[in-house]
Amino acid sequence: MSIRVGKTGNEAVAEAMRQINPDVVAAYPITPQTEIVQIFSSFVANGKVDTEFVTVESEHSAMSATVGAASAGARSMTATSANGLAFMWEIVYIAAGMRLPIVMPVVNRALSGPLNIHCDHSDTMGARDSGWIQLFSENAQEAYDNAVQAPRIAENPDVKLPVMVTMDGFIISHAMEVMEILEDEKVREFIGKYVPENPLLDVDNPVTLGPVDLQDWNFEHKRQQAEAMRNAKPVILDVASEYAKLTGRKYGLFEEYKLDDADIAIVVLGSTAGTAKVAVNALRAKGVRAGMLKMRVFRPFPAEEIADALKHVKAVAVMDRSDSFNAVGGPVFVDVRSALYDVDNGPKIVNYIYGIGGRDVTPDHVKTVYADLAKIAETGQVENPLTYLGIRE
Amino acid sequence: MANLLEIRWHGRAGQGAKTAALVLAEAAISTGKYAQAFPEYGPERMGAPMKAYNRISDEPITVHHHVEEPDIVIVLDPTLLTVGDVKAGVPDDGIYLINTPLSASEMRKTLDLEGSGAKVYTLDATQVSMDTIGRNIPNTPMMGALVAATGLLELDELLEDTRIKLSKKLRPEVVDKNMEAIKRAYREVAS
Repeated sequence: MSIRVGKTGNEAVAEAMRQINPDVVAAYPITPQTEIVQIFSSFVANGKVDTEFVTVESEHSAMSATVGAASAGARSMTATSANGLAFMWEIVYIAAGMRLPIVMPVVNRALSGPLNIHCDHSDTMGARDSGWIQLFSENAQEAYDNAVQAPRIAENPDVKLPVMVTMDGFIISHAMEVMEILEDEKVREFIGKYVPENPLLDVDNPVTLGPVDLQDWNFEHKRQQAEAMRNAKPVILDVASEYAKLTGRKYGLFEEYKLDDADIAIVVLGSTAGTAKVAVNALRAKGVRAGMLKMRVFRPFPAEEIADALKHVKAVAVMDRSDSFNAVGGPVFVDVRSALYDVDNGPKIVNYIYGIGGRDVTPDHVKTVYADLAKIAETGQVENPLTYLGIRE
Repeated sequence: MANLLEIRWHGRAGQGAKTAALVLAEAAISTGKYAQAFPEYGPERMGAPMKAYNRISDEPITVHHHVEEPDIVIVLDPTLLTVGDVKAGVPDDGIYLINTPLSASEMRKTLDLEGSGAKVYTLDATQVSMDTIGRNIPNTPMMGALVAATGLLELDELLEDTRIKLSKKLRPEVVDKNMEAIKRAYREVAS
């Protein structure tokens, strides 16, 4: 039986890390991720885990040590936020390119500057092309569930890619809510024993990892990396279906909320999805056919599945909690619109950038988006392809 | 109890508004309810005005935004009455729970709530915490006052969960003093 508890998002993810019991964790604290590292280090100090905890002097070193440990054959984790992720950047790509199955919770926070410690998705959206799998979470429960599923996805022989598990800074990381955790032995059984393929510590079978890889083979290796990301999609679904048997909680590439018969719909990631559900319910009660698509897996990007789920909708708004500063629209918008390009008579599609730097988003904000969509669905005309939601102009 | 109850705590950083909100949520969760507790962080420094929030419901809560129309407002520090608008968004029949040596009728006048349907409760939580804990930590007495004023939880449920939560951080004798503070506040809060 699952255990019903009240936990903050950070506590939930630290709990998942305790149950995963990684061989190595190398991490550096940064708001709002700090508690994860703090709580986990107390697990280490109190002998609750067997983990070798490496205290490093920066995030660049945190990811470097994690890459080193994973290369040695250790199940390895770290965690970060915002500028910490930015400081890791060089090694984030190396982790993916070396096909190391590292799992990293990232507590979403605005990238400086101006300096801001609150939630937006600019940190992980910047890493969307780094070669990491990205799983977004609506709440503490999903952050926990994604963290428990992540090692199985990362370590699958067809995948062997690092995984980021995200949650919204403060909004989820520091908010206590009801969730269920699994018993330790169930998690241990679910994730199983990690058997690395070519560990450096296997001295009987010496290998070199991460050598120079020039014109003759680099392209082939990058092609394999791309294939691994394609392979990740069915693996993520397989792991989710096994996890559903264990917990009753079903996960897919995304969640469709009242989308089947929707005329208008939004696409959203993270905690705002829960707020949007309240708006959808209120609109449905008035007879408005509103729906929502909440993305869980942003990388690999489920383009065909999204196109299929949205093809019948008349107007779609993609909600971006970060800006691409490309003078066009946010990163989720660009990908979703591209996914819908080949759909005949597909929906009109618009972009809303919202919640930057932790700007609060209420059901009323979301309702204004649906009101705009209703107008677009009725007239077939798009007046504003890009709207900054809740901004003072 | 309304299906969704929203609470806003006004305190100064270091007075335990966040801890109070967390303990209250945990206590509510342990009775089978759904609850959220979350602070509103600004620049973090001791003494700065801050807010914390609770949502408590019989059904799952999916929203994740600030509480804007709280049913209950709890003020841990009387000096905050003149700093921010503790009445912002509170409905006419809202509940106010103020840490102050003033009586409820005096506080009603201070808050300009005379003739309104609001319920005003006062408790000198600073005095209670000085007498019992020996420091000005008004959060635990104000939780006792909240339970007495609203019947949101049973006193025993609050005491048990507070003991568990505080025992993780505090020495047993300090936890006992907090228990005493809650019980005294439960008796002394007045409307």
